[in-house]
Amino acid sequence: MEQFSFVFRNAWLIPAIPLVSFAVLGLFVSPISKRLAGVIGTVAIFISAAFAFLLAWNYFLSPAGKEHTALIAWTCEWLRYQTGLTVNIGVLVDPISVLLMSVVTTVSALVHLYSIGYMHGDEGYGRFFGYLNLFTFSMLGLVVAPNIIQMYICWELVGVSSFLLIGLYYQKPAAVAASNKAFIVTRFADLGFLIGIIILGYYGYHFFGEFAPAVASTAVKNGVTNLQPFDFLYLTNSAVLAKLASINLHFFDISLLTASMVLVFMGAAGKSAMFPLHIWLPDAMEGPTPVSALIHAATMVVAGVYLVARLFPAFAASGTALLLVAYVGAFTSIFAAIIGITQDDIKRVLAFSTLSQLGYMMLALGVATMAHPLGYSASMFHLFTHAFFKALLFLAAGAVIHAVNTNNIWEMGGLAKKLPVTHATFLVATLAISGIWPFAGFFSKDEILASALSGGHYVVFAIALTVAGITALYMFRIYFVTFWGKSRGDAAGHAHEAPAVMLLPLVMLAILSATVGFVNFSDYVSIGEPIEHHGINSKIAVSATAAALTGVFLAIFFYTGQTDRAAMMSRLLGRIYTLVKQKFYIDEFYIFVTHQILFRFISRPAAWFDRHIVDGGVNLSAWITRTTGGKLRYLQTGQVQVYSLWFVGGMLFLLLILWAGAR
Amino acid sequence: MIESLSLHKPHIEHWLVLSAILFAIGLYGLLSRRNAIGILMSIELMLNSAVLNLAAFNRFVAPASVDGQIMALFVIAVAAAEAVVAMAIFVAIFRYRRIVDVNRMDLMKD
Amino acid sequence: MGLVSWLIAIPFLTAMIILAVPARNWRMIRWVAVIGCGAHLLLTAVVTYLYWHASAGDAIGAQTLLLTKLYLVEKVPWFKSLGIQYFVGIDGISLAMVILTSIVIFAGVLASWYVNIRTKEFFVLLLTLVTGVFGVFVSFDLFLFLMFYELAVLPMYLLIGVWGTGPKEYSAMKLTLMLLIGSAFVLVGFLALYHASGMHTFDLQQLAQAHFSSDFQKWVFPMIFIGFGVIGALYPLHTWSPDGHSSAPTAVSMLHAGVLMKLGGYGALRIAVYLLPEGAIAWGLFFMVLATINIIYGAFVAVMQKDLKYFTAYSSVSHCGFVLFGVAALNMMGLKGAVIQMFSHGIMTALFFALIGMVYSRTHTRMLDQMGGLAKKMPWLAAAFYIAGLASLGLPGLSGFVAETHVFLGGFFGNIWASSGVMKALAIIATMSIVVTAVYVLRGLARVFYGPITNHDFEKITDATLPERISTGLLVAVLFAVGLAPFLFVNMIESSLLPILNRLHQTGAAAFAH
Repeated sequence: MEQFSFVFRNAWLIPAIPLVSFAVLGLFVSPISKRLAGVIGTVAIFISAAFAFLLAWNYFLSPAGKEHTALIAWTCEWLRYQTGLTVNIGVLVDPISVLLMSVVTTVSALVHLYSIGYMHGDEGYGRFFGYLNLFTFSMLGLVVAPNIIQMYICWELVGVSSFLLIGLYYQKPAAVAASNKAFIVTRFADLGFLIGIIILGYYGYHFFGEFAPAVASTAVKNGVTNLQPFDFLYLTNSAVLAKLASINLHFFDISLLTASMVLVFMGAAGKSAMFPLHIWLPDAMEGPTPVSALIHAATMVVAGVYLVARLFPAFAASGTALLLVAYVGAFTSIFAAIIGITQDDIKRVLAFSTLSQLGYMMLALGVATMAHPLGYSASMFHLFTHAFFKALLFLAAGAVIHAVNTNNIWEMGGLAKKLPVTHATFLVATLAISGIWPFAGFFSKDEILASALSGGHYVVFAIALTVAGITALYMFRIYFVTFWGKSRGDAAGHAHEAPAVMLLPLVMLAILSATVGFVNFSDYVSIGEPIEHHGINSKIAVSATAAALTGVFLAIFFYTGQTDRAAMMSRLLGRIYTLVKQKFYIDEFYIFVTHQILFRFISRPAAWFDRHIVDGGVNLSAWITRTTGGKLRYLQTGQVQVYSLWFVGGMLFLLLILWAGAR
Repeated sequence: MIESLSLHKPHIEHWLVLSAILFAIGLYGLLSRRNAIGILMSIELMLNSAVLNLAAFNRFVAPASVDGQIMALFVIAVAAAEAVVAMAIFVAIFRYRRIVDVNRMDLMKD
Repeated sequence: MGLVSWLIAIPFLTAMIILAVPARNWRMIRWVAVIGCGAHLLLTAVVTYLYWHASAGDAIGAQTLLLTKLYLVEKVPWFKSLGIQYFVGIDGISLAMVILTSIVIFAGVLASWYVNIRTKEFFVLLLTLVTGVFGVFVSFDLFLFLMFYELAVLPMYLLIGVWGTGPKEYSAMKLTLMLLIGSAFVLVGFLALYHASGMHTFDLQQLAQAHFSSDFQKWVFPMIFIGFGVIGALYPLHTWSPDGHSSAPTAVSMLHAGVLMKLGGYGALRIAVYLLPEGAIAWGLFFMVLATINIIYGAFVAVMQKDLKYFTAYSSVSHCGFVLFGVAALNMMGLKGAVIQMFSHGIMTALFFALIGMVYSRTHTRMLDQMGGLAKKMPWLAAAFYIAGLASLGLPGLSGFVAETHVFLGGFFGNIWASSGVMKALAIIATMSIVVTAVYVLRGLARVFYGPITNHDFEKITDATLPERISTGLLVAVLFAVGLAPFLFVNMIESSLLPILNRLHQTGAAAFAH
């Protein structure tokens, strides 16, 4: 540890710098000078990124990095629920956290830089950079979380910064609706996550005395002095997991571990927009494009994948949960890819493409096991490459939108000459996502396909291969329609290239997208047994490339010729086309459930019940009191003589009793 | 006959019976009269029956002390004060509303 | 006169000074009020420091303690013949509540900066009410407790009846009557304790050492708990709250929802659970079920509300359910969660009502569908409103999260007396409220602040003024402070809860033995 002592000891600065920057921007700078807010916010993230690179460099080259040791760089007690159940916030340094820290800070820094140009003159400029810093802090806090509570805390914070950024243009009803939808859908998913955490916390605490000594001996090596039930180190210990897996819930014969992992996966699926909780992500494109690039493509949405990876030993110990991960991932990837072919909004196509790629990462995790962990590395690899090329796609799309002021691809066209840099970088990213050698996507997809095949998941492999083809199809579709042919809109005719401050991040991301595939990734990031498979499997490489090229040729066939073959095709498909175009009516289904069932059959009757039955009961008792009083008051005539008569009568009655008693 | 009566000294029972009769007359008047002045007179009657009782008990039960007489004088004084206040109220009501009927003095009702 | 007595005396003296100021100087009156409350805030800080200093090693010492350890105690015999004392002091729980009240009243006075109808009477009544509240939180004599309790409830009638809006007479009457019925239950319970103890005292610490028979505890506990439950908005005795809050003037809503509703939870914890552990064990699950209904039902009803104040009132019903849920869970996390939730909800809902008052004074409507796009015109108020909303849906980093996770974990961890399966199920049901809360908070706030400006009258409205900014800014800062650094606050409570838990375990174990 000595060789990277300085940066290691100060690793907490990586998330702390954006937080301080956020506070400074929000409290002092933003009201004074918006221009300055952008500069300070950007510089802060660049400093943070520099720290992250330094840490990555030091960590991966140190013995600890080679052995994938998880180390705690900094920790402090944050909240003591009760004795023996404490939350220690801290900074966890292990391969995936270092990886994610580098990715998040890189993409965030480039997006900040890009936004200085993109958001120029926007009225929400100051707020935008503040929120972006808040997001970067939360995401980094999530990545370095050493325990599940810190993970949840930052999980919610990235959710709220996403909410704020989607709703940046709060006067636009669509943006408001999208931001609410994003928050509420992920909140619903987080409910599962929270319940999962509570269950894990409870049983973890319950068995803590039994297993803690064994775990603690390894923990000390990693810099943990005060092990707690919420710590990942404890929750991913094989003995603890075996114990949890042995408890049967007598509910569909599932084990406690499976139940809690399924609940945790619900949270992950919500954040990573897995089917059927994917509905918020396409709508989230209402936010500014840099936000889509950073949050809804490169970083926040991979938090779900990261969570599954973080708890991978637990998922692996419960085979059922892992299988669920694989199939949900596979289904989402093909489902979203199919929808992606039919969408006309460039950002929405990219959003569905993100869904599809996230499904890819999930399925890769799902096919891995502790004994055969290739999928784990593959998933992280794809997360890594995807972050760059998808951010690039969004930023390039942003440059296009910036130039033509529309999101509809059919109003663009012929932009290749007018926006040469944007066109070139977009093409690099398209090739990368389609998995064409030698761009980054090729290598990570290849690993995913190899892991699915070698794990024996043939259905998943088939789906993944199909998706590779469809991905190439829809990506080249928007590429051709946007950049080739004649300009179809007025604005497209007068488009001109974006300023340098926007182009610089594009170029840098393009370089990364083209090259990062050559990193020998599984040397740095892996779990469990050493990986047996290395390098490129030629059979898989050929079939994947064939699938991708098929997609590209289909795109050329449909979208480059003079005759509109695509429209003919969609007429031919008729209802099926409409079904896909309407995203399988999932949104309508949700609206039906929430409005017609939850609001109409629970909320409204409850509100009625409260006003009429419960409160009616209160008013009824008041009415009874008043009415009885109203009747009884006739006894009170106000005439002293009547009262006296009662008095005399009462006295006589008492005398009678006394007399009777005396006898 | 008058001689025989004068020879026959009245005992405590006689005084008590007289007092009870006075009290009963007063009570009847209190309960039945409508006229405020009448009610006031009935109350005076009842108070006087009480005074009579006090005097009688003093004379026959504890002749050595004067407690009963003091009480009697006290009641007479209070009764006078009470009659003055009550009469003042009734006169005031009569001035404003020209009534002495207690059943119609119901402004505070409702 | 000790420091704790000054805590009670300062608002009272301020009220007396205001009485001496001529009514036409209403500007001066509010300055007197704000200086008085500011002085109180300083005194509270001093008391907190002293407590902090004195109780440093308590958590260790309290492991086996059966009696709450009190600080800054003042004990003077009052009615010797009845065993009534003037007995005040503080422990962690009451200190938390005193801090809450001190902050809320300071913010409340600033939020009432523009009350110009009968200003003098308004502030006198407000400060009298607060005197009662402080008295309740520091009293350790049941008679004194009840006296201050009534002092806190009664001025409410006039405050709502005179300065309120809408059907104010009806609401004021309903609120006062329901709360008095609750306090009647409490009174009967207290008298029963007084007689059954046979100790001829109202002293809480002495009563805690009395032996109450099992049967006695089983009927007195629900009586006191329900009595306090009325003011703590226990389902189905909560309906005074929506009407009362919606008719009350701003500062009164703030104090009422922020502080007075906490008297219920506080009394239930401090008196019912503390004195009657066996009753608590017997009835815990029953009240937990009711509290779960509170939480879920309040949230669902809030979804349908069209009026901002009704909306917040039902949200309060839901959140106060967390307090009762935590108390009824009868374990460390539950009880601690209840206290934190009392504090957190107090600040949060005071902020809500302050903001509603400020928005209403500008838009002259509280109906959600008549508003829209206000964030453009009042960014400060919108931001503060969103922070309050996010705190109410339990966003980490704000105080609500700390409280709610305590309560959920407390419910799920359960206790050894009630069925653990049922408690786990209830905890999970209660947890579901976080989604419903998100739904109504975000929908409601988006309706008010987001979207285009719908009404042309809103074009010329302005953002918060300086007193309003100080008032809301203070509350927002407290929400953040507790949410970001809970360790400062939470550990202070723990040592004072240990005796209550120890008593539960002692009697609980004894009850199991036979």
